[in-house]
Amino acid sequence: MKIKGLLAAAAVGALVVACGPPQAANNQPQQNGNSGQPVGEMTGELKVWLFQEASNGPKEAAVNEAKQEFEAAHQGVKVTVEYLPTDGRATRFNGAFNDKNSSPDVAEFGNTDLAGYAASNGFADLTNDIAAWPDSKDLIPSVLDTAKVKNKTFGIPWYTGTRALYYRTDVFTELGLQPPKTLAELTETARRIRQSKPDLYGVAVGGKYIYAAFPYIWANGGELAKQDGDKWTSGLTDPKARAGLKQYSELLKDDICPPAACAQLTGSQSVAQFAGGKAAMTIGGDFNRKAVEAGVVKGKYAVVPLPGTEAGKLAPPFAGGNLLGVFGASKKYTLSLEFIKLLGGKKYQQKMYTAMGNLPTFKDVQEQVASADKFVEPFVKAAQSGTKFVPATPAWTKIDAQNIIPTAIQQVATGGQSVEAATDAAAGEMNKAFGN
Amino acid sequence: MTTQLAPAAPDLEVQAPRRPARKKRDGRAAAIYLLPAGILLAALMAYPLFQLVQISLYDYNQPQASGAEPLVFIGADNYIELFGDTQFWSVLVSTILFAAVCVVGSLLVGTGLAVLATRVRAIPRMLLFLAALGAWATPAMAGSYVWLFLFDANFGVVNEVLGMQGHSWTFERFSAFGLVAAEVIWCSFPFVMVTMYAGIKNISSEIIEAAQLDGATWRRTATQVILPILKPLLVIATIQSIIWDFKLFTQIYVMTNGGGVAGRNLVLNVYTYQKAFAGEEYGLGAAIGVVMTVLLMLITVVYLRTQRRSGWQP
Repeated sequence: MKIKGLLAAAAVGALVVACGPPQAANNQPQQNGNSGQPVGEMTGELKVWLFQEASNGPKEAAVNEAKQEFEAAHQGVKVTVEYLPTDGRATRFNGAFNDKNSSPDVAEFGNTDLAGYAASNGFADLTNDIAAWPDSKDLIPSVLDTAKVKNKTFGIPWYTGTRALYYRTDVFTELGLQPPKTLAELTETARRIRQSKPDLYGVAVGGKYIYAAFPYIWANGGELAKQDGDKWTSGLTDPKARAGLKQYSELLKDDICPPAACAQLTGSQSVAQFAGGKAAMTIGGDFNRKAVEAGVVKGKYAVVPLPGTEAGKLAPPFAGGNLLGVFGASKKYTLSLEFIKLLGGKKYQQKMYTAMGNLPTFKDVQEQVASADKFVEPFVKAAQSGTKFVPATPAWTKIDAQNIIPTAIQQVATGGQSVEAATDAAAGEMNKAFGN
Repeated sequence: MTTQLAPAAPDLEVQAPRRPARKKRDGRAAAIYLLPAGILLAALMAYPLFQLVQISLYDYNQPQASGAEPLVFIGADNYIELFGDTQFWSVLVSTILFAAVCVVGSLLVGTGLAVLATRVRAIPRMLLFLAALGAWATPAMAGSYVWLFLFDANFGVVNEVLGMQGHSWTFERFSAFGLVAAEVIWCSFPFVMVTMYAGIKNISSEIIEAAQLDGATWRRTATQVILPILKPLLVIATIQSIIWDFKLFTQIYVMTNGGGVAGRNLVLNVYTYQKAFAGEEYGLGAAIGVVMTVLLMLITVVYLRTQRRSGWQP
């Protein structure tokens, strides 16, 4: 019996070592036709994945229009659009990368996810085709950068999302306050409001709201990470970054936004507090307008760009936004490319703005929109003052998923740790993810 | 059943060594009978386990899974990384303590209510069972949200009744663990209760009467007559509870929002999920899975052995 057991163990051991775990065949170079020649099939079904929005109707209407226009221009092509919930998108995308046959052709995806997708060979390299597209010259360069990994372009920026400071005009008028001109003033103002109105949070922000925290780091002159060739190192232990994180964590205190309520808040939850009338200020995106308008504060709020550390300066906002890309496994490369040029082009960006309020990525379209709509002005002003982005490396997916930075913020906010200890630990985790 | 038992009886009288041919045939018959279950187990248990162990020995992340990067065999590196991670050990300790509280809690509550059910009239008993089965039938996700609503800081009934609006039950570490433990006990005591109720009902009244005629006190009857008879059921209920509570995921994930403030309410399964799926480190996640499987098997074996030493045979 003993010998048999040993033999079995040896056999299993040999199997484990000899044949590796399953792997998709996804490492072939991308096929490229001669210039002018279409690559892949030009007829059949074009499968498109877009994200499901909180109220999806307007988006569907605009997309359906593009779909009809595209089908009319391309004989024998049928566009099928599936709307994915953003939660759990990783499973769907990874599934598509692992099984070529179930892969759709075109997808909308968040620019922060791009580096990870690119590392998995998930999306086709569009560098040459985008450069050859005349309209691409009008794309805002810092926005187009969010579609690039290692100088290769993997998508067309479909819209950008910028955040700014929402505040309650009625509360500010009642207390005789002015919108803050520096971040320090913001803290002070928030504290004063909560002092006079204890049932309001001075400013609704959250421990998990990293896109509100990053501008604090950047405004103080810090960086999330520094790149040296291919090597990234965390920038969180830099005194400037620490100062930024500390300043942000000060908002998560009992005298502004009590940690028991705010330490776990995400971005949309923070905005929901403001929309529900529980906060005098919040950091929100242009894309949060609908949510705020649907709340009790409708007509009682205004927006200014998030100030910097000195009066007259702005905190660099995070360049959020979504891209349209072509799956590497798509058998209809050229057709897919034409579809994203249509849906991501100027005409439909304009339509998407009208339908959803999504900020266009073309400079001319953005300016045109801003001149017609007072609401987007602070967002455009913030965006054009210079946005910043998360480190463009697949390690970012890991850092984000493991809540490394929220954990540091929460540790400081709940008084568990000093900002030095928390950033040391977070930087250690980040560097581990970067592979140092 | 009786037809099967009948031919088996002579076997016990005749000594096996004298009839090797018969034994061999039995073996073949047994093999055929076991084959369907064997195939199922191999497909659903052995193969996934094999894959789990295999993946845990590779540097296997999303780029490797989708074929963008080559596979690298790294031996025990994932395990070394895991055992060198202080967070893993603290999560492991809190998982064990948390599971222990849940197991003991659901056994106590379940057994207590089973005893109560044998002593009350039909209508209260029926109500008790309805309430228990309702808790049992509630999906873990729905149950977690109902509890969250009950204990909501601003709008929850509990805070309303206690007059402590604004108090967050899920913020402090122990308060959050306690709340989740209460929810887990609430949804897992019915299994214990139903099992124990059936066991108690099965004890013939003669045995109890005999004990009482011999002058046993109520306490002695309970600890030295009823409890030993219920032991097999208790062992099964305990093992089940250990396995369930050790593998807990939904309640922690939902109620503490993915592991609490700064991850202080993580348990092993949620930790594995964060590593393996959210962080897309499948190799490391698989290593945690292997460690969990081994741990659970160890706990179960050790528990069964201690039970056997005290005279119980499965």
